[in-house]
Amino acid sequence: MSTVNVFDQKFSIDEEQKNLIEEFSFFDDWTERYEYLIDLGRRLPEFPSEYQVDEFKLKGCQSQVWFTGQNVEGKLVFQAISDAAIVSGLIALLMRVFSNRTAEEILSVDLKFLDEIGLDTHLSPTRKNGLNSMIQAIRNRAQNDIKREATQV
Amino acid sequence: MKDSKKTFDPNQVQEDFPILGQSVRGKRLVYLDSAGSAQKPAQVINAVSEVYEQEYANVHRGLHYLSEQASSRYENARSKVASFINAEKDHEVIFTKGTTEAINLVANSYGRDNVKPGDEIVITHAEHHSNIIPWQLLRDQVGCELKVVPVDDDGGITIEDFKRVVTDRTKIVAFCHVSNVLGTVLPVKEINSLAHAHGAITVIDGAQGIVHMPIDVQDLDVDFYAFGGHKLYGPSGIGVLYGKEKILELMSPYQGGGGMINTVSFEKTTWADLPDKFEAGTPPIAQAIGLGEAIDYINSYGIEAIGDHELDVLNYAMQKLASIEGLKLIGTAPGKVSVISFTMDCAHPHDIATIIDQNGVAVRAGHHCAQPLMERFDLPSTARASLGLYNTREDIDLLAESLEKVQEIFK
Repeated sequence: MSTVNVFDQKFSIDEEQKNLIEEFSFFDDWTERYEYLIDLGRRLPEFPSEYQVDEFKLKGCQSQVWFTGQNVEGKLVFQAISDAAIVSGLIALLMRVFSNRTAEEILSVDLKFLDEIGLDTHLSPTRKNGLNSMIQAIRNRAQNDIKREATQV
Repeated sequence: MKDSKKTFDPNQVQEDFPILGQSVRGKRLVYLDSAGSAQKPAQVINAVSEVYEQEYANVHRGLHYLSEQASSRYENARSKVASFINAEKDHEVIFTKGTTEAINLVANSYGRDNVKPGDEIVITHAEHHSNIIPWQLLRDQVGCELKVVPVDDDGGITIEDFKRVVTDRTKIVAFCHVSNVLGTVLPVKEINSLAHAHGAITVIDGAQGIVHMPIDVQDLDVDFYAFGGHKLYGPSGIGVLYGKEKILELMSPYQGGGGMINTVSFEKTTWADLPDKFEAGTPPIAQAIGLGEAIDYINSYGIEAIGDHELDVLNYAMQKLASIEGLKLIGTAPGKVSVISFTMDCAHPHDIATIIDQNGVAVRAGHHCAQPLMERFDLPSTARASLGLYNTREDIDLLAESLEKVQEIFK
């Protein structure tokens, strides 16, 4: 049995998006926002070393990102890590919204917090692409889960 | 021309580049990514617009006024390139879409015609992917061997390193004039003599070399010298392959199409003379003219004066950056030019680039299309600040200040 770090979820997806917007609204300047983002990244659960291999490396990111998703009792638990601190911070944001949710919940997310936390203008297009490929990977995983269930029925 | 040079004043030079006048996120733009692509002076931008406004038509095809105007300016640009690198003949200058296409042209044409199983192609460990992959593809097609000249710990590559690798079986020695990651300048003339002594030809990736120093292809005696327009303050989409006439004449065409033939029938087609044989299809017309204008711009100051100024800023930068705690310079070979790669203990290169971008400082972070070199130094990536003629010591001060901010944030 491989290691799974379940990301605690106390809030619904919408609540979590609101929380993130509120947390970031406390900062006036970009330095503080980045410091907070970096800090969130540093507090990500440890990424299992057996997944830190090429097979789990995400394409489309400029820095290295390892990503895995597992179904734990009907909920999808994602784990990811990057060698870059800002990307790890972005991963932490996505985990709070997406991890430990059902596939249906994940696919119905109206992702709005990214535009509202004041980081968007500071995220380079390439980095945004990396972020997009991470979001895409999360959605693909959810879709695969739904397909698998459908074939089992 | 030589007597009427303008005095090189870096602050004045910045005003030649409209894009440098803007602020980024409320800060003055400090552009330190010229090795990625250089900015364009108004003279080039205006020349390109003028082509489309006044003199645009396809070249070498029409007999009408505009076509003649465009053809004449296109060929004039070729002459400007030829004299910039001191080529003996204008038709030794082949226009391509960039350095990459120029190298691919040699690999596909000269390479396929001349390299046989058991032969060797020699490159260095410091090459850009565009001077690795074309030779790998050729190796896989013809079954030759690809040999790699190593890089020293300080980023240096010497003639001695080449002597240990080049043999009588070597057919092509392909190497960068200046490493795009390390800034190392390779001893082109000596390597060229060595290659010739073994009966091999040379292909020089001059993308980073042409920008910082005078190039005299006759004095260097190189067989091929490739470079792009966009790092030379000209447009993107235009590049140059210089090749010796006697070699180019024996080579097969690289691509087939309009403009590169003498006669065509279904049984047999005969090729046009140089340079048209290698310029199939409609070429990048305005871009070539823009490149010619960029060369005029460079000549107005003189490439020597530009190189001297860049060296002053480089030495200042190397000292300044070396004094930042936890910062490691990658590439410190003697005589290096305007490319400064570095890593920091506290932050990933991507993090460095993102943070200093908030201060309006533009650097590149990544593997710089040189993954084997990154592996050689056991690094996933580096941050890279690279200089153009418009950079000043003040730019370096702002870079250093921003890097100190990185330290604060990631402490």
